[in-house]
Amino acid sequence: MADMTQSDYHIHISSQHRWFQLNLKEVWQYRDLIYLFTKRSFVVSYKQTVLGPAWIFLTPLFSSIVQAFVFGEIAGIETDGVPVLLFYLCSNAIWTFFSTCLINNANTFTENAYVFGKVYFPRLTMPISNILSCAIRFGIQMILVLLFMVYFLIQGQVAPHWAAWLLIPLELVHLGVLGMGFGIIVSSMTTKYRDLGVLVGFGVSLWMYLTPIVYPLSIAAEGWMKTLLMLNPVTIPVEIIRYAVVGKGTFLWGYYGLSWLLTLAVALLGIMIFNKVERTFMDTV
Amino acid sequence: MKTEQNREIAIRLSGVKKRYKLGQIGGGTLTADLQSWWARVRGKEDPNVTVDVDQRLIGQTFMALNGIDLTVYKGEALGIIGSNGAGKSTMLKLLCRVTAPTEGEIDIYGRIASMLEVGTGFNGEMTGRENVYMNGTILGMTKAEIDAKMEDIIEFSEVREFIDTPVKRYSSGMFVKLAFSVAAHLDSEIMIMDEVLAVGDVAFQKKCLDKMREAAKKEGRTVLYVSHNMNTIRRLCDRCIVLDKGKIIFQGNVDDAIELYLSNTHSAWSENQTRFDLSNSPCRSPYTSGDARVTYLELVGKNSAMYASRESMNLGIRVQTRKAYDDLKLRIEVRYSDDSPVGTMPCVSLGRFDAGETRDFLVKFSPEGLTNGRYRIDFVLFETDEVGSSFDQDLLLPAFYCEIQEPEDIVWNQTTWGHIRFPEAKVEAWKGV
Repeated sequence: MADMTQSDYHIHISSQHRWFQLNLKEVWQYRDLIYLFTKRSFVVSYKQTVLGPAWIFLTPLFSSIVQAFVFGEIAGIETDGVPVLLFYLCSNAIWTFFSTCLINNANTFTENAYVFGKVYFPRLTMPISNILSCAIRFGIQMILVLLFMVYFLIQGQVAPHWAAWLLIPLELVHLGVLGMGFGIIVSSMTTKYRDLGVLVGFGVSLWMYLTPIVYPLSIAAEGWMKTLLMLNPVTIPVEIIRYAVVGKGTFLWGYYGLSWLLTLAVALLGIMIFNKVERTFMDTV
Repeated sequence: MKTEQNREIAIRLSGVKKRYKLGQIGGGTLTADLQSWWARVRGKEDPNVTVDVDQRLIGQTFMALNGIDLTVYKGEALGIIGSNGAGKSTMLKLLCRVTAPTEGEIDIYGRIASMLEVGTGFNGEMTGRENVYMNGTILGMTKAEIDAKMEDIIEFSEVREFIDTPVKRYSSGMFVKLAFSVAAHLDSEIMIMDEVLAVGDVAFQKKCLDKMREAAKKEGRTVLYVSHNMNTIRRLCDRCIVLDKGKIIFQGNVDDAIELYLSNTHSAWSENQTRFDLSNSPCRSPYTSGDARVTYLELVGKNSAMYASRESMNLGIRVQTRKAYDDLKLRIEVRYSDDSPVGTMPCVSLGRFDAGETRDFLVKFSPEGLTNGRYRIDFVLFETDEVGSSFDQDLLLPAFYCEIQEPEDIVWNQTTWGHIRFPEAKVEAWKGV
């Protein structure tokens, strides 16, 4: 070990803990672990399956077709003149990104309790790799969306706003942080209260209906209902991304700012709880 | 770099305490905790208190570690021994940062490789090679470091042909071999191990132990090792601490530490006792039915539990049954005081029993050739079915301890020669080839 001086690594463990200690430097040292966790989430899900990674395309395609049929054809929900299938493909990609960010992170502690109990590594690597794998899945789904968009573009049925595409990465970060924040809060609490884990899956599916996913915001009637929708921090990011991709969306500065405020508050709270729970959750999980 | 007495410090614990709550933690559900909280706020009785539970236990705490001060120097192989519940594992958990101390400070100088278990993070769906990367990075290596060591790891693990096969197809032996190889190749200055050496076949165990010793002796790494096996502690460590009830009661020389630990464990046994009421023995294994039990033991014709090496033991025992047995059998297992097995008298028949019968036997047992030392004698009552499988009815672990005392003509080396002295070989003239 001549090449390593001991002073490079000094760890101090104390019974005191700080609320905002993220140790990002340490997380960076473990970047390979983040990469491998991310890779594992793909490799493991598609081993011993017939269609393999094709499922990433197939599931959103099928669910969008069904939604287009149920909400578009049967219920007759207007989609602002956007081709129905394209509208649902795009909405699904966004919602899947947000909800998987939330749900995967909500299960972080309990699902990995076994590993966490045996070895130390920066716990933050788990949520980060969760977000990365969600983002990659989103990217792959967007290829599908693009294929359909190009088709409808040639048909002249859709007019995307190319300049607004620059906002998509920002809004992904926005949704990712929000999802991770909520996920971590729930996750930290499920170490003690298992019933929250059950609630999450249910809550997220209800949340989808309070977000303009299967309908555009523009068809919501003015009044308390619309205010409620606008207060939902997910609404505006969804509308922005849809505005860029399919050319229709509603934007309001006030609510956009509010959404960011909420996101940051949730993220800060999440980090604080995470820091507290991370240290000793093995004793209560 | 921190030094003290001209030696570099690897780990320092000062005033470390770890408290655990006893009993159930919280109501287990959020609603129950909220109800309890709301009741407390209004000054009413907690609706979630179970009536029968001893109220003193709720909120009572347990100090797994109660003020540990310890300095471990660089390049040292430190053994940690203590009975179950002494706080060994808790201490390792704190050092591995799996959980945080309730009080006190810990300073660690150098990278730590925790081997509380081998194969953490192994995923059955992934191949051996993928798992090496996964496990290695979890343990703190970078991908580049693993790339550089991949060949060594595969070579050491002896599973080269299967390295690109999913590990769910591995035998359990192959699995632990690969897992241990990863851990053994960590580049960390401090290694923390909790009895993980008991992996694989005998040859591989020896290989593991040698690798560990090499790490400590040649490469100057610091090794912390927890085990109940005194032999491996002796072979691996050059200093030893004894933990008892969350405190360090001894630190220093390995042999002294082991002696103290063993005398502590067996202190309840006195050599002068020759009659034992075993009907409520705390040493009885709780995992048996209790349908047949050895309730009394007498070392017949002795006034102490001291035997000479070739002396036959006359054991008077009383056996009680609750149900009928066609043929009840007795097995006697002999262990050395550090629990390492010495030998077994596999089977003697006690005959037929009716339900609710009590009978006395004199068992003449000759464990000839035992060398000086304290031995643990276990009794097992069992029956066998028609295909020969045995079913344990009563396990006394141990039934008693005995001391073998024989005038010594040579210095017997227990660690390498074992515990049995064979009769002297006969030598006579031979014509030769």
